[in-house]
Amino acid sequence: MTTLPETTEKKLGLVIDLDTCVGCHACVINCKEWNTSNYGAPLADTDAYGADPVGTFLNRVHTFEVTPAVTEADRQVIGESPIAQVVHFPKSCLHCEDAPCVTVCPTGASYKRTEDGIVLVNEDDCIGCGLCAWGCPYGAREMDPVEQVMKKCTLCVDRIYNENLPQEDREPACVRTCPAGARHFGDFADPNSNVSQLVAERGGISLMEEQGTKPVNQYLPPRQKTLADMAAKNSSFQGGCGAALEAEAKDAPGFFGWLDKALEKL
Amino acid sequence: MHPAPSIILFTSLSGIGFGLLIWLGLGAPYVEGWNAFFAFGLAYGLSVAGLISSTLHLGHPERALKAFTQWRSSWLSREGVVSVAALLIMAPFAFGRVFLGVDLAILGWIGAGLSLLTVLCTAMIYAQLKTVPRWNMALVPPLFMLFSIAGSGILVMQGWSLALMLVVLTVLQVAYWLLGDQKFAQAGHTMETATGLGRIGSVRLLESPHSGSNYLLKEMAYQVGRKHQLRLRVIALVLVGLVPAAIVLLVPDLVGRLLALGLHGVGLLASRWLFFAEAEHVVGLYYGKR
Repeated sequence: MTTLPETTEKKLGLVIDLDTCVGCHACVINCKEWNTSNYGAPLADTDAYGADPVGTFLNRVHTFEVTPAVTEADRQVIGESPIAQVVHFPKSCLHCEDAPCVTVCPTGASYKRTEDGIVLVNEDDCIGCGLCAWGCPYGAREMDPVEQVMKKCTLCVDRIYNENLPQEDREPACVRTCPAGARHFGDFADPNSNVSQLVAERGGISLMEEQGTKPVNQYLPPRQKTLADMAAKNSSFQGGCGAALEAEAKDAPGFFGWLDKALEKL
Repeated sequence: MHPAPSIILFTSLSGIGFGLLIWLGLGAPYVEGWNAFFAFGLAYGLSVAGLISSTLHLGHPERALKAFTQWRSSWLSREGVVSVAALLIMAPFAFGRVFLGVDLAILGWIGAGLSLLTVLCTAMIYAQLKTVPRWNMALVPPLFMLFSIAGSGILVMQGWSLALMLVVLTVLQVAYWLLGDQKFAQAGHTMETATGLGRIGSVRLLESPHSGSNYLLKEMAYQVGRKHQLRLRVIALVLVGLVPAAIVLLVPDLVGRLLALGLHGVGLLASRWLFFAEAEHVVGLYYGKR
């Protein structure tokens, strides 16, 4: 049924720590590797080695630059200009509580599970109309160019309950592989779970809240640079670094120092 | 949004077809025999051609029957159910009119109602999408329904009442453009809200997740169609209602009607092209686009 469950027993999802993510794309690759060879149709790549490669991915990493908003008074303190932060930003299905992609589906292929809240596509019922991808604000659904069915993150439903895997592997492939520990998997319905606590401690944020989708996945905001940080960085760019280099060039010790002075005397 | 020719054709053709069924079902005009044969033939031809064309963009058209199951939640499914119901209920009505000279008026009324509902469902498929602010307006269903009734009305209505309806349609079309132009900004979606990083400052895309294109960009952030936006708007503005209205007043015979319908058709296609091409999906924000 493409009507949404009133509530779900669990709310499984991810916490993504934007302060920790280094943008290595390992989660993208491991996601593709696991999901192309397991649940449902493989994730196709067309023209993979050609001029116009296009492929299906369930997880993608964007990189944004955030320039802090500063007042004129702040500018006096920090000097030159506010220091922009680079934020690597992995994005996959957020398994929304009020998932608009599910209700638009005409065939019942898309559904949200009552037991754990995972949003899935039954590919045998998918007619490939693409309306669910239109309904998703986050770009979490992609039509496979070869199989012509809708693909999306399954939260690795075939790993997390898989008793053939050792306990430590029973989490989504993206979480398992993240070398920075920026991705966390857990149950948001349980206030004591690892993910609920992280969100409470660090002030988790929902993406595009004004769409009213109530995303389960949460993002931990990057720690903000303080005015002092920015001032220090600016001064090291201007005075600091440059002055240090000049000083070093003037009184270089040892052989190079001797050479420098000898050449100057010529 | 990517303007898929099959969807543009479908919404245009079936709109006129179901509009004609509304008029015929209401008995305005009352047709019998050969007249009814051609009138119903045209109405069914356009509606069915539209419905068939709508399956062309499906990845798996062989599973299309499954789309009749989720009418409780999905406007797309409702559209399928209601359109087939309209065509089935109108069939005995049309048969009676064409071959038996019998007027099963009650079926005609129900069929007309279902035909109007079909157009409403089509419009709601788009109007329900919060992700495309330009479509997410109460104005979209009346616009689609008036397009359907006024477009087919060129064949069945008369003189000033027809001209007036075409002018009202033009006004509604212009209102859709003007309100739609502001809708994205009004909805308040920005790169800052999309990323949740707005609390720090202003956001710009530094690097896309990949160097090539992808399904999302091709489908949702398709920008080629917007190139001739203004030119197409002028074409649609003039041809949707103003020129056809003048023609039906000046040349009130069959030739005039067909010419008016043909020009209206061109305007309708231009309008529908823009409906898709101008529509910006919020996912573009993650790619620094709209």
